[in-house]
Amino acid sequence: MTEPIIGIRDLRKTFRSGEVDVHALRGVDLAVERGEFLAVVGPSGSGKSTLFHILGGLTPPTSGTVLIDGQDLMKMSDSDRTRLRKTSVGFVFQKYNLLPTLTVGDNIEIARDIAHRKGPFDQQFREVLDVLGIANKLDRKPRQLSGGEQQRVAIARSIVNHPAILLADEPTGNLDTENSTAVLDLLRDLNRRLGQTILMITHNPEAAAFADRIVHMRDGQLHAS
Amino acid sequence: MPRYNGFLVYKLVWENLKHRPVRTLLSSLAIGLGVTMMLTLVGVGEGMLRDQEARTRGVGADIIIRPSGSSAIGITPPNINEKLVAWAMEQPHVAQATGVVIYPLGGVSTVHGVDFEALTKMSDGFTFLEGRPFQVGAQEAVIDEYYAKEKKLHTGSIVKMLNRDWRVAGVFRGGKLTRMMLPKTLLQDVTANTGKVSVIYVKLDSPARTAEVIAHLKQTLTDYPIYSMDELASQFSVNSIPELKTFIGVVMTLSVLFGFLVVFLAMYTAILERTREIGILKALGAGQGYVLGILLRETVLLAVIGSLMGIGMSYATRWLIATFIPASMTQAIVYHWWPIASAITLGGALLGVMYPAIKAARQDALESLSYD
Repeated sequence: MTEPIIGIRDLRKTFRSGEVDVHALRGVDLAVERGEFLAVVGPSGSGKSTLFHILGGLTPPTSGTVLIDGQDLMKMSDSDRTRLRKTSVGFVFQKYNLLPTLTVGDNIEIARDIAHRKGPFDQQFREVLDVLGIANKLDRKPRQLSGGEQQRVAIARSIVNHPAILLADEPTGNLDTENSTAVLDLLRDLNRRLGQTILMITHNPEAAAFADRIVHMRDGQLHAS
Repeated sequence: MPRYNGFLVYKLVWENLKHRPVRTLLSSLAIGLGVTMMLTLVGVGEGMLRDQEARTRGVGADIIIRPSGSSAIGITPPNINEKLVAWAMEQPHVAQATGVVIYPLGGVSTVHGVDFEALTKMSDGFTFLEGRPFQVGAQEAVIDEYYAKEKKLHTGSIVKMLNRDWRVAGVFRGGKLTRMMLPKTLLQDVTANTGKVSVIYVKLDSPARTAEVIAHLKQTLTDYPIYSMDELASQFSVNSIPELKTFIGVVMTLSVLFGFLVVFLAMYTAILERTREIGILKALGAGQGYVLGILLRETVLLAVIGSLMGIGMSYATRWLIATFIPASMTQAIVYHWWPIASAITLGGALLGVMYPAIKAARQDALESLSYD
């Protein structure tokens, strides 16, 4: 039995909102195997976005244990978490979050530039660009693409550095049904083709159905389906 | 396919500047104004000094005798006894000597009283574009082409000066002594300086004997500053005018301040506007140094564009000066000041970007991503 790529034990996160403590995560336990496609489903305010942010190294946990590809997030400084985002985690956001002034190709390139990766795309990634259907759109600006195309660019950018995990936060939240299905099909395809571990946050059960496994989140705690 | 490895950040910077062309243009223009201010001020200083030097050399003399206690290039009141001109003429190797009265009209404007016949002989002649030389004793003036252009004067025009009306007798090609000349004796009488001159120009039978003749003249005229024309020319520099150096220092400080404020405001608003983009970069793993590097490069590029615009605008100010006030001012293009003015402006710009850039680099990735 190999070590899970994500290992979470008794994870807690408390925010200070004004003079009130908000307990966003109240003892989360989760193990995600390498190559697994996991969906975390829950309503707004359930704590799933907080979990996403902690796993992505965007905010530190309050207590508990979080291991990502063997790295303990609890022991990480700000710069360690920056390095984690650079090397081990890829993000896909609901709002795509592409840089509007750069072309599609440069939006992907800049992730490589930040990670100090040089040289041409490898053959495997070229194939991914073909699968995503954006290989011939590298010179376009994001505003020239549809929402679905922009999200496919964001997916390409998220995996260009071969991260240990791909975190997707409501990746179909801004898309119509047809584009949502296409994006989810692509995520599943990448998971199977590349063995890419994917953790997807969604409130949509239909989107979650594309995953290998679904866990539910409510009131800051996870419940297996 | 990957094309810009190593240059992508520069491309991002360039695209950011292109994305807001009006702001980029206005920021660069404002930065450039500081460069133009410096280049114009130094250019006018140097231009006027060079012009004065050229006109002094245009007299054709080898030696200049100035009143005791005077500086090399200041405006000199007429207090040399005119009899010294005749005395100078009798000295060995002196081919010719002529005394000139310089009378201040206010500011840096002066009028020169000359013995036109002697001056013509010494300077190998004047070229008249219109009219003729003034007649001795007549209340007439001759002016150079630049003065005529600026004041829109022609032969027959009347110039009011020293409470009198002076008729313009002719307009000569510029580059000799001064812009406006009057009959010497008349100017002496009108200004109550009869028998006195401000400087004496001396021409030798051989310029090679200049040092020898100066040494001889100094034996008698012990209190009088006596210069060769080369010595005098070396004094025509910004460094020999402390007031100008101080003024240049003030303008340089203002330019730094200007660059600082412009870049501070421009980059502060740019960073607010790009909060989300900074969040994206941070989510991708960009550290503080990466974000800081982007903003510093953007500032350097703005300063470079601004400096180029400033240099361009200094040509515009030269054209304006040459077109509208060619007699009052002359602006030189001071190439050696291009890097100095650009570096000063860049310094101000870098100071200006520091606070916004550090603020941006320290932004929390999550908060930045949530920014709309």
